[in-house]
Amino acid sequence: MSDANKRDAKAFAVVNHSVPRADGVAKVTGSATYASDITLERMAWAKLLRSPFAHAKILAIDVSEAKRQPGVIEVLTGNDLGSLRPYYGHAVKDHPLLAIGKVRFVGEPVAAVIGADQLSAQEALDKIKVEYEELVPVLDVESALAPGGVLVHGMDYIGGAFRGFDDFPGGTKNICQAVHVEWGDVDAAFASAAHIAEGEYYFPMVYAYAMEPYVAVADYDSKGQLTVYSSAQHPFMVRHDLAEIFDLPLNSVRVIVPYVGGGYGSKSYTKIEPLTAACSWKVSRPVKLQLSVEEAFLTTRSDDARVYIRTAVDDSGKLIAKQATIHLDTGAYAENSPMVCRKAANRIVGPYRFPHVRVDCLAIYTNTVPASSYRGLGAAQITFPVESQMDELAHKIGCDPQEFRLRNLAHSGESIHPGLRPIDADVPGDIRLAAETLRSNGPLALKHGRSVCCSCSDAGAHPVTLAMVHVYADGSVSVMSGSTEIGQGSHTVLAQIAAEEMGVPLGKVRLVGSDTGVTLFERSTGASRTTTLMGRAVMEACREAITQCKSMAAELLGVPAGEFTEERGGIRHGKDWLSWPEIIERYFQMEGCGIIGRAYLRRAGALKAVPVFWEIGVVGVEIALDEETGKISLDTLVTVGDVGLAIHPAMTESQDLGAATMGLGIGLFEELIYEGQQLMNGTLLEYRVPRFSDLARRVELKLVENHDGVGPYGAKGGGEGCVNPIGACLANALYQAAGVRIRRLPLTPERVWKALQEQKSQAPASQRKPPAAPKTDVTKTTA
Amino acid sequence: MKIGFELNGKAASLEIEPRETLAEVLRARCRLTGVKLSCEAQVCGSCTVLVDGLPVSACTYLAYEIRDKRVTTIEGLADPPGRLHPLQQAFLDHFAFQCGFCTPGMILAAKSLLDENVHVSDEEIIAYMSGNLCRCTGYLGILKAIRQASAEMKATWKENRRRLE
Repeated sequence: MSDANKRDAKAFAVVNHSVPRADGVAKVTGSATYASDITLERMAWAKLLRSPFAHAKILAIDVSEAKRQPGVIEVLTGNDLGSLRPYYGHAVKDHPLLAIGKVRFVGEPVAAVIGADQLSAQEALDKIKVEYEELVPVLDVESALAPGGVLVHGMDYIGGAFRGFDDFPGGTKNICQAVHVEWGDVDAAFASAAHIAEGEYYFPMVYAYAMEPYVAVADYDSKGQLTVYSSAQHPFMVRHDLAEIFDLPLNSVRVIVPYVGGGYGSKSYTKIEPLTAACSWKVSRPVKLQLSVEEAFLTTRSDDARVYIRTAVDDSGKLIAKQATIHLDTGAYAENSPMVCRKAANRIVGPYRFPHVRVDCLAIYTNTVPASSYRGLGAAQITFPVESQMDELAHKIGCDPQEFRLRNLAHSGESIHPGLRPIDADVPGDIRLAAETLRSNGPLALKHGRSVCCSCSDAGAHPVTLAMVHVYADGSVSVMSGSTEIGQGSHTVLAQIAAEEMGVPLGKVRLVGSDTGVTLFERSTGASRTTTLMGRAVMEACREAITQCKSMAAELLGVPAGEFTEERGGIRHGKDWLSWPEIIERYFQMEGCGIIGRAYLRRAGALKAVPVFWEIGVVGVEIALDEETGKISLDTLVTVGDVGLAIHPAMTESQDLGAATMGLGIGLFEELIYEGQQLMNGTLLEYRVPRFSDLARRVELKLVENHDGVGPYGAKGGGEGCVNPIGACLANALYQAAGVRIRRLPLTPERVWKALQEQKSQAPASQRKPPAAPKTDVTKTTA
Repeated sequence: MKIGFELNGKAASLEIEPRETLAEVLRARCRLTGVKLSCEAQVCGSCTVLVDGLPVSACTYLAYEIRDKRVTTIEGLADPPGRLHPLQQAFLDHFAFQCGFCTPGMILAAKSLLDENVHVSDEEIIAYMSGNLCRCTGYLGILKAIRQASAEMKATWKENRRRLE
């Protein structure tokens, strides 16, 4: 491993080149198959009746009339699930696959009509009669936390497949998960501080809008085999949940994930697969459940975050202490919010040295759409307050924000969290690179502002990744990978690694997967882990195949392995050159034969330290403010991907831009709005995401390749980091442009305009001016 | 009802329900699953197909309206089959997609733009394409791809004109 990490980039034949995408031609010709394109013989369709109430008891459901409608095969309700284990959840098993006795948010599925076609199923929904008894809903975290208040659950649950979440106080409190992080003596540090900044910030509920809405096709056949095609990011976690719900052995559940039309975290873990499978179980034929985008809005959102944070420095401007309280509105079910809670608590430290830290983070149940993973996993929520406050504190002590960051950033090899892996990135270098790139815009124009911010995430999730490569005698290679091709380019990157290792042309490598019936276990496709973990597993699997080939060659040549030399693609022995495929064919004396190389990664060796790697997000922006309307537009966007080694530079850059663009949406206009029980803007007509016209005038995508990751050739993950800092970048740049500080996203024209009006009404005209230009500026105002 | 139309260069005739949308007919009856459904409200552009060369949102366009018209989907763009359209090649060259769900609609919208005006500026591309959403790429690769295709189609256009003269 270590020699490979030191390899000169020039030595790579396939890796570190922007080769054509493996899925490219299929995707530009319309032949790429997504789960939504799957149809099976005898397939029926399910449509869902959803709850109109945020919190209600289900007293009775009458499906008799619905069942009599033409084309209707069956109707499934919570009353039919008695022989299953209907509660699932990888962290907390609190989520019934269909409401049982009670509904907990507007939009919760109450019944499924299974029809021979979509229209019959849809039209029969109106014929279902549900009698509800309304309960007082818990609609915000304040009322959720009020002593003696209404409980969203009021039931005790058990933990799911995840280890480490032990306490589920849902029976007596609305707290889904509580995380406490502490080191040093925070109270003493604040008492001795020279300066303190403190404030409350709000990060909104947002919707990931993966363009392909959730879809599953399930076939529970008469032999007790359950096959599910799904848009899931983590097929093996879905398999685990399905096996438990239906009490099936793992070998009887097969989850197949074709191309996925976007995920960004929203398709992580189990979503509609249990319900679809239950429909198929009920009617003994394949069933497809295709949600609309409007239904997807009612399936998963991000946790919003109310963050109180205070930060202390000593008289030399050194950070000494941070204290934070984070309240996440987790909605009706836990989903992955316990992990969001833990990650938000960990990541609020940022890439800075803090001798004293105390963080309390609560994931709180409310009667709203369940929240779960969203790109960045808790980091976007807390980077907005952290990096806003870094600027506020810098201004307070009269220091340039960039200089203030540089003074306090941990350098490569330094520890930021006691006991965790030291920082494996050059954050100060990344910040300088972004700042220099911004500075090349020249002097700052009037009503423009610049900012560079960063985030630091314990990424990679739990490292359990198994891979297998088939090396065939004809020189072709199949990579069997449980990683999902969700657009990030894993099919291309993993093929590059196999081609690099086996010395075969890239076109000779094929990816197989993900299919839990065929590929080995991969815990998940998320936390930016695929290149690092699956990439490393594929590399090790290739090397294992090579080791086998070498002993075969030794036997064929009748010499010890030490007497020939390995060159890329085969061995040299005297004048003879034998490629790996030739060795395989000669060894078996059989055309069409092949061998398997495998690798099992777990938390051991180089992967013993947690996290797998630190994912750094560094973004710089220059904004232009229209004071008359409050509209912010993005003039320049700089991203820095500190990725160790970019296996595929063009796709790596594109991931950074994509992440930053999602961040821009949250920063400027995205927010799910509840009025009472009802989500008011749960359609694409009312929920605005970034469009072509939001593209910055100037975009610079930088890569930093220091070969410092534990992935193949020193690579480490990317693609999420750049979503995190954007909100703070925009807020800080707005402060520079106009002197107003807004501690709530998104920075809509209305919100900015109001802040500008308030500023005008408070300050006499003579005092109205932007903040003093810092001394050594990232953002260099006109001197 | 029975309708006749031209689908990707070939005469077609289908029995349809009057209420069916073009997307439903193309995806379910014609098995042209390159037509992607997302917002179903004419916002995202993923279901864009060309009817008589102009982009329509197949999600809300009633199928009967294609009677006697020409329909082009992403499956019919490579001409001859197997040889990619300059836009398809440019999307590959510039990594102008990730998940690929918006790509068929994006390419067809861009085709109608370039067919109408091959001498297109960045501003025109951005204005025209703002009805097609992409959640993965941040749009820059798509802009570059359309620029490249525009340059290539311009060169072909000039070449054809030179030959005619």
